[in-house]
Amino acid sequence: MKRVPDTEARLKIAGDGASIDPAGVKFILNPYDEFALEAALKHKESAGAGEVTAITVGTAEAAEALRTALAMGADQAVLLKSNGAVEGLAVAQAIAAELREADFDLALFGMKAIDDDLQAVGPMVAELLELPSATAVTEFSVLSGAVTAQRATEAGIEIIEVKMPCVLTVTKGAYEPRYASLKGIMAAKKKPVTEKEAAIGDAGARDTSLSYPPERKPGRIVGQGTDAVPELVRLLREEARVL
Amino acid sequence: MPGVFAFIEVREGQLRPISLEVLAAARQVADAQGDEVHALILGGAGSSAAAAQVGAHGADRIFVGESEALNRYSNEAYATIASEFIKDHGCRVAIFPPSSLGKDLAPRITARTGGGFAPDCTALEVNGGKLVVTRPRYAGKVISRMELTGEPAVVTIRANIFTPKEAAGAGEVQILEVSLDTADFGAVVKEIRASAAAKLDVGEASIIVSGGRGLREPENFRMLEELAEALGGAVGASRAVVDAGWRPHAEQVGQTGKTVSPQLYFAIGISGAVQHLAGMRTSRYIVAINKDPEAPIFKIADYGIVGDLFEIVPKLTEEVRKLRG
Repeated sequence: MKRVPDTEARLKIAGDGASIDPAGVKFILNPYDEFALEAALKHKESAGAGEVTAITVGTAEAAEALRTALAMGADQAVLLKSNGAVEGLAVAQAIAAELREADFDLALFGMKAIDDDLQAVGPMVAELLELPSATAVTEFSVLSGAVTAQRATEAGIEIIEVKMPCVLTVTKGAYEPRYASLKGIMAAKKKPVTEKEAAIGDAGARDTSLSYPPERKPGRIVGQGTDAVPELVRLLREEARVL
Repeated sequence: MPGVFAFIEVREGQLRPISLEVLAAARQVADAQGDEVHALILGGAGSSAAAAQVGAHGADRIFVGESEALNRYSNEAYATIASEFIKDHGCRVAIFPPSSLGKDLAPRITARTGGGFAPDCTALEVNGGKLVVTRPRYAGKVISRMELTGEPAVVTIRANIFTPKEAAGAGEVQILEVSLDTADFGAVVKEIRASAAAKLDVGEASIIVSGGRGLREPENFRMLEELAEALGGAVGASRAVVDAGWRPHAEQVGQTGKTVSPQLYFAIGISGAVQHLAGMRTSRYIVAINKDPEAPIFKIADYGIVGDLFEIVPKLTEEVRKLRG
């Protein structure tokens, strides 16, 4: 689970020039992580047994994501504490270290986080734990120790069978996330959150500087209705040179 | 000479066009650090047929692993072969396509080789022996320059940024010994249900014609398909029409869908919610067609037409057909 700036948030680059200033930014649970959590909860419900543990890596603020996950229905949560923001391989190493000690059938991840857009932590954890994996899963079922999952690829829907325990990353599909009910939010307060120091390694990559994308040149209304079409085509051909 | 690693994606023995963009990026890095481009093709029988085209687009050496076990993508098999290859060839930089395969494989290889990782790169430079990349973050609201301190530097490129270039040399081809048994894999692809979307993926198309609620009914997307066909592009969709079941999720552009950066993006009957802009704001040119002159999409569009899309789109298709003759 990852706490990320809301999609609609206006982002300001912080004084260090290499991170985002969190002041005034609304944070949410990463939407793809909601799909993963929903998949976990659905799987538990259909199996009629098992526990769902939500895990995050980060500072004390990052644990907000865990509160949301507990309110949605996770049974317990683990905060792997770090001093600052960690991403990519460093996160994968911390989660792999935690899972190495754990007994689990399925490790579910959101396909990507909407802040760093790395789309990497799930398959990295699978590799570090030497587990089979499938990414970009839209729907899956479990039968006799194996997952049958659907993946969205350029060639169409891929049906893949994965032996458990395994890692899946989940994208939009069959798992429309539920809302946390008031009862769920109250119950979440009593659920256990374990805090541990994260085993943070070297991510092998770092942001050295952030900048704003070049402003798009102000566009123009070519005209109204079908009369404007020939002029649009001319502009695309002669000015933009894309036709 | 050490190689810059280029992963060449083939399907059914056919080179996927995005692979030529990978080669263009690899050639650029290899020239900057005085290395060769070492291209790896993995696939089923007949995959070596793609080698000539790879050689004609900048690869110095081409290696082909052909096996029935590699016919369908397996991240375990591909990661094992590619990681060993990267080590054996002393590759400091490894470049992958931004496809579903590349996005699945590149992180695994980073973890296995202990390298550094950056996806969706729009620029690659070599600085003090390290790869420095430019890539969008926060759905393009911020651009990051990243230094990859881990070695190898494993990256995926963003589509439609690195322009394929023909090269003089033919490239030397070598067949790799592959002994693999699918029975050893923990994950096995059982079936691929080809979809209409397989024709041209919206994530890789250089022209995209996207529609939203303004189309009113799913049948009306036929109009956009015709325009896309005339342009040689792909059809995209807003989240609203995907959620309504009008179009498959594979076509969704925006948050929880695909992030695209085509040369030309048509937003037709799309108001321009933040979630949609998140997926297409880095398009080179944006054209908006909408009846509401106040629609937010006009704020980021380069060109806009206000009016009834049901009249404008057929006229536009007609004009494009005339042009393409």
